[in-house]
Amino acid sequence: MAAIKTEALVKKFAEVTAVDGVSLEITEGEVFGLLGPNGAGKTTLISMLATLVKPTSGTALVAGYDINRQSLEVRRQIGIVFQEPSVDDLLTGRENLYLHSMLYGIPRREINEKIDKMLALVNLSDRGGSFVKTYSGGMRRRLEIARGLIHSPKILFLDEPTLGLDPASRKAVWDHIRELKEAHNTTIILTTHYMEEADSLADRIGIIYSGKIIELDTPSALKKKVGQDLVFITGRINEEALRKLPFVKSVERENDRYKIGIVDSGKNLQALLNAGGDIAEVEVRRVTLDDVFLKFAGHQISSDAEEHAENIFERIATIKSARK
Amino acid sequence: MNFNAIYALLLREAKIYFREKERIVSILISPLLFLFVMGRGMVSGTSPVPGYSYQQFIFPGILAMVILFTSITYGLYIIWDKRLDFLKEVLAAPISRTTLFIGKSLGGMLGAVIETLLLLIIGAVFILPLNPLKVALCLAVSFPVSYMITNIGLTIGAKMKSMEGFGLIMSFLTWPLFFFSGALFDISASEPYIKAISLFDPVTYSVDLLRIIMLGHGAFSVWIDLGAILVFCLATTIVGVSAFGKLQQEK
Repeated sequence: MAAIKTEALVKKFAEVTAVDGVSLEITEGEVFGLLGPNGAGKTTLISMLATLVKPTSGTALVAGYDINRQSLEVRRQIGIVFQEPSVDDLLTGRENLYLHSMLYGIPRREINEKIDKMLALVNLSDRGGSFVKTYSGGMRRRLEIARGLIHSPKILFLDEPTLGLDPASRKAVWDHIRELKEAHNTTIILTTHYMEEADSLADRIGIIYSGKIIELDTPSALKKKVGQDLVFITGRINEEALRKLPFVKSVERENDRYKIGIVDSGKNLQALLNAGGDIAEVEVRRVTLDDVFLKFAGHQISSDAEEHAENIFERIATIKSARK
Repeated sequence: MNFNAIYALLLREAKIYFREKERIVSILISPLLFLFVMGRGMVSGTSPVPGYSYQQFIFPGILAMVILFTSITYGLYIIWDKRLDFLKEVLAAPISRTTLFIGKSLGGMLGAVIETLLLLIIGAVFILPLNPLKVALCLAVSFPVSYMITNIGLTIGAKMKSMEGFGLIMSFLTWPLFFFSGALFDISASEPYIKAISLFDPVTYSVDLLRIIMLGHGAFSVWIDLGAILVFCLATTIVGVSAFGKLQQEK
């Protein structure tokens, strides 16, 4: 069964289209990574699915409920961890969890037991009684995650869960996410702009840019589209010959060096170097999601920038005439 | 309406209220200045009610002032909540906007009632001896009055985007509501234009009702006062619930 199914979701804010016709399906128990630069529409998409923002058009089913018509049912099924901390500074960690439990209608005699369990899960048992204003950034995050989970949601939205965390806290958050998936079969939708995070956690990744999902696949398939390995060479290179090789996926020139995506460097590197011409320097590394991201979104970013530069006067003129 | 959730919202406000004791005291400062400096200083100001001093005459008005300022400030505070994202947690919770609004209103009422009680005690000791029945009646009045004014504050707070407008609201709404209410003078003996404006001021009826309870003298009858307060309570609830219904995350 699909945990989430969106149909042509659109959200416009004044003159900006933040989400532009997103249709996707996320299966139950899946960890889905939503990857994109700042302002790509990740948070808006999640906010619509969590019924915090009304779509301009289109709809979505979340855990089988319509986000436009059954918002309270949707909210009962989901947990959400916001990008900016939303735990209450003036209360203690325990009190935050207690109020949340009451808002979500957990029976009062079960609340304390659940709080103990959640605090243990996020390693905050000894600090539950302290005010949140005394917490570090990592502790706040972990408390938020505990809060997002305490009502046992079927679907968990994590909006940049590790933004601004130190490496140790980040790893702890990752471990929690993996455990959730394995132990509770929770569907998790994770937005991030850390490639390694999406790579290590997500079953599938959607790359979102300018409100549209421009690529959607498993991390390894996305990497294959670029090639498994990247070879950087400098020297007098015979570009034509390189392109003709069957294992070469892409050839790009970056200033005086070439970036070549190939399959199976162990077997094919020698052949590549033989065909390459007069080579001065070689560097080989595995493809990361950064490369994937730059390949799919990077081109669009640069071409968009050019387009905008050309049309900026035209756009100003249209906006002005529309206002009259 | 989800009563468990209303209780949760109220509990949060109560905890925070009692932890921020400076706030409780600081809100009382300007009413006390009015009461003790203006009330005592205006020796030539004759009291419109025979048998009572000017200070005793304005005491019910200053009580209404405390309710007014506490409630409006509390309501406007949700702008902070919005900006600091505390509100997101409750906006995302499976509770209706009506529940959220009522929970917040009752939270504001709680604060105003506590301030009222403090000022009643100060006043009963230093200004006007009150029997327990009068204290109880004044407290009872403070409930609906603070409710309707908190509603006004919450409605404006839900519409406003930044705290910069806070000063404007205080100058253009809160102080006029106070001055036109007849807290410092007798409405029935004032200029016609003041009278006309004061009829639209919810605080007018609150001051009048408190004055009837404490001094046995008012410009209107008890029933007009109670009726007007009831109408304002209902109207502000309807407007406020609709404003909260439109409240969305701004990203």
